[in-house]
Amino acid sequence: MAEETRAPGAAATESSAPSEGQSQGQSHGHRPGPRGPRPGGPGGPGGREGGRKYFRRKKVCKFCVEKIENINYKDVRLLAQFVAESGKIVPRRLTGVCTPHQRRLSTAIKQARNIALLPFAGRAN
Amino acid sequence: MNRTYEVMFIVRPDMAEEDLDKLISTLETAVTSTNGTVKSVEKMGKRRLAYVVGRFHDGMYVLLTVEGGGGLIHELERRLRVSEPVIKFLTVRIDEEQKRLDKIKKLRDARKKASAAPAAPATPEGGEAAPVTA
Repeated sequence: MAEETRAPGAAATESSAPSEGQSQGQSHGHRPGPRGPRPGGPGGPGGREGGRKYFRRKKVCKFCVEKIENINYKDVRLLAQFVAESGKIVPRRLTGVCTPHQRRLSTAIKQARNIALLPFAGRAN
Repeated sequence: MNRTYEVMFIVRPDMAEEDLDKLISTLETAVTSTNGTVKSVEKMGKRRLAYVVGRFHDGMYVLLTVEGGGGLIHELERRLRVSEPVIKFLTVRIDEEQKRLDKIKKLRDARKKASAAPAAPATPEGGEAAPVTA
């Protein structure tokens, strides 16, 4: 569904309209320029990549979409989605989580680390 | 000062069940003697630790929800620190977060009711989105 909404937007940016690109960037707040050839990165649930032209799916905040307000340190399964293999917290620009939720998320992850529910570094084994 | 706290602590995995119960009951009496109340005790069972603590790879998690002031937490943490089988503990204040969640929930319920009431006056229940799409 998100791809459907993305497709017309991508077509519009391809016809080189910088204002269009800017309004989109402003709505999401993570795109500095109109259109930079950035590596898409593996972020987001299933980020796509292609050769020359690729559609960057508009990332949305999981917590806003699914209306999860309760970000708790005990919910390891939820938190683990936002922790990289190395144990690091995945940055917002890769996951698309909005700022208020990322703030709560990072607090929760740090609490979970403290009580050995999540690792500080490396995989939990 | 009545605040709600969650005290989670880990005891060593080789501790006997009755010893753990004894430890929990002593903590409970410590809470009640410092003008606090124990709201719930939850034994979360044995879990693998995310990293090695001391020399333990596993631990038994216990979650204690208490209500009271800061002095209570001070006393409780002191006890946890001196009790030998406890290998780790964490205290989190939860009342403000709970307040925030309740507020959001109330807001959502109110909004849901407002959107459901004019759309479906005949059917009291049965999906708020269904009449809109039909």
